[in-house]
Amino acid sequence: MLEKALVGSNKYWAWVFFLLGVITIGGLFYLYQFNYGLGATGMSRDVSWGIYIAQFTFMVGVAAGGVMLVLPYYIHDFKAFGKITILGEFMAIAAVAMCIMFITADLGQPMRIMNVLLHPTPHSMLFWDMLVLNGYLFLNAICGWVILNSHNKGVHYPQWVKPFIYLSIPWAFSIHTVTAFLYCGLPGRHFWLTAILAPRFLASAFAAGPSLLVLISMILKRVAKFDAGEKAFQKLGTIITYAALANFFFLGLEFFVAYYSRVPGHMHTLDYLFWGLDGHNNLVLPMRFSLTIGLIATTMLLFPQIKRNEGTFALSCAMLFLSLWIDKGVGMVLGGFVPNPFDRVTEYYPTVIEIGISLAVWAAGALILTILYKIAISVQAKEA
Amino acid sequence: MDVKRRNFLKIAGLSAAAGLGASSAFTQLFKGDALASEEGHGGETAGHAAPAQGEHKAEDTEFQYGMVIDIPKFAANKGLAEKCIAACHYEHNVPDFGNPKDEIKWIWLDDYEHSFPDASQYKRNAGLNDLPVLLTCNHCANPPCVRACPTQATFKNDHGVVIMDFHRCIGCRFCMAACPYGARSFNWRNPREQYANGNYKFFKHGLNPNYPTRMRGVVEKCNFCPERLAVGKPPACVEATGDTKAMVFGNINDPNSEIAKVLNSNFTIQRNPAAGTKPSVFYII
Repeated sequence: MLEKALVGSNKYWAWVFFLLGVITIGGLFYLYQFNYGLGATGMSRDVSWGIYIAQFTFMVGVAAGGVMLVLPYYIHDFKAFGKITILGEFMAIAAVAMCIMFITADLGQPMRIMNVLLHPTPHSMLFWDMLVLNGYLFLNAICGWVILNSHNKGVHYPQWVKPFIYLSIPWAFSIHTVTAFLYCGLPGRHFWLTAILAPRFLASAFAAGPSLLVLISMILKRVAKFDAGEKAFQKLGTIITYAALANFFFLGLEFFVAYYSRVPGHMHTLDYLFWGLDGHNNLVLPMRFSLTIGLIATTMLLFPQIKRNEGTFALSCAMLFLSLWIDKGVGMVLGGFVPNPFDRVTEYYPTVIEIGISLAVWAAGALILTILYKIAISVQAKEA
Repeated sequence: MDVKRRNFLKIAGLSAAAGLGASSAFTQLFKGDALASEEGHGGETAGHAAPAQGEHKAEDTEFQYGMVIDIPKFAANKGLAEKCIAACHYEHNVPDFGNPKDEIKWIWLDDYEHSFPDASQYKRNAGLNDLPVLLTCNHCANPPCVRACPTQATFKNDHGVVIMDFHRCIGCRFCMAACPYGARSFNWRNPREQYANGNYKFFKHGLNPNYPTRMRGVVEKCNFCPERLAVGKPPACVEATGDTKAMVFGNINDPNSEIAKVLNSNFTIQRNPAAGTKPSVFYII
């Protein structure tokens, strides 16, 4: 089927080469970082993880979000997701690939990455995260590819794939739960040390992942004549709304616990993120912006008229996605390091190198997605 | 035996087997430090059992090196703390990049407020915050960094010392996020960088040929000088205090050791004991 990615319009090739260009520039930045060390980034002794790990965490969520299509389609036999489920599975593949790239970009000694396999360490959550992420990549690759291949040949997919499909559903929950465990099991970081971190991660993932899929599907409708169908869009809208409501409800719980108990450790990071702490407030504006547009978008989605109009529906999805990206892809990870164990505030700003490498990873993800979607849509177009 | 009953027994047997497997996986998952020291670090196999779980203390092992830092003695001996820091940083070739972003430190000074942010600062008595508090790795009996490390590059040796294997570390910095004491530093850039004349840029104290330098991309921290302990010498910082007794070092789990007696006869505090890590560095304030 791969050959289907090799024929396309001029616009398709322009897009592919644009992404390749971004990847090349980012690759050169990475070469510099590889030679100089991670000092090329804005990270420091106090804020020892930056946007690489933050983006990684967010992309795990996008990957897990694919299950919001797989579950209704395969378990509840929700037929309207018939065309779009494969896009969810392929989005998961691209997102997990991005996770692996972000982790690699963040390693001080990337050449030693195989030490994680050479010295398997069950008491480290990173070991489990590696297992579940690679497992999820494998499951989605198997399910997505085999099912699409069967479509291509005009036959029903083989029965042996079914267990893999069913397994991929709890597995999607596991990837984001284990990713939350990376953070919420650390004794010295109050902001992360909360049992609701995994549920928060999942809620935000199930809003952000499908939102991105809605936006991509709308683009595909225009550039590739791929119509997911109104019913699928509306159902996705409902899923996104409930997930977003759960997400902001959980965030509200964090606020209550911190500010009603008034335990300093619980308040400090929220202070830093939303009001500024000891005169440091570099994240206040983005975090307030994130909360505002997130709440507006969620409110908008509650109105059926807004959801039914393609323009306003796309706008609310875009606002929600941006809101959740700032919340998790920036604030969640950076906030955990502030204040540091000495009750001091060190601020972090990503460098140009760091942003360039991150953009390249996004471009690489987009390229994987483009190729996979090109194949999927060509197969479905042949069918129709 | 009817079919139903046989099936039931089969399932029961299988679940029991799975349960056994799960319980051993559970122990594996949580025992942390003991496991980390078992594998691959020649000669440092841990003979002791996993620390008890479900309570806030690790099992008392036979041997746990620890340190008592007597703050008033440091206050009385101006410059002594700086001498300790210089001795340590020379001993271990700790680079000095000259900026806070790349900073690496194994032992350093801070004030009372920022050393013990969890202790009450409410109506603190005058002068308390002016005391020189020396901070370093706590060599916890229950170290979260060892639990977090995905490659066992950081592990507890059989003397309770939390050690780094610089050659195994992949530089993921999970241990830095896990440490509640900010004891860990990362080589953000190459510490071995040289000037054209061959001098090392960042070893301000000169190069100690008896201890390896590091490469970029790995984590490092205080290791209680196992290379000195092995030849019967005290850690470099302790040696630098001379006979002031400002630092007492030894096996805190041996009731006859000097440090055990000091701990027994003085009121000492630890940094953030609520984290349940059982720090082995104690402070006399």
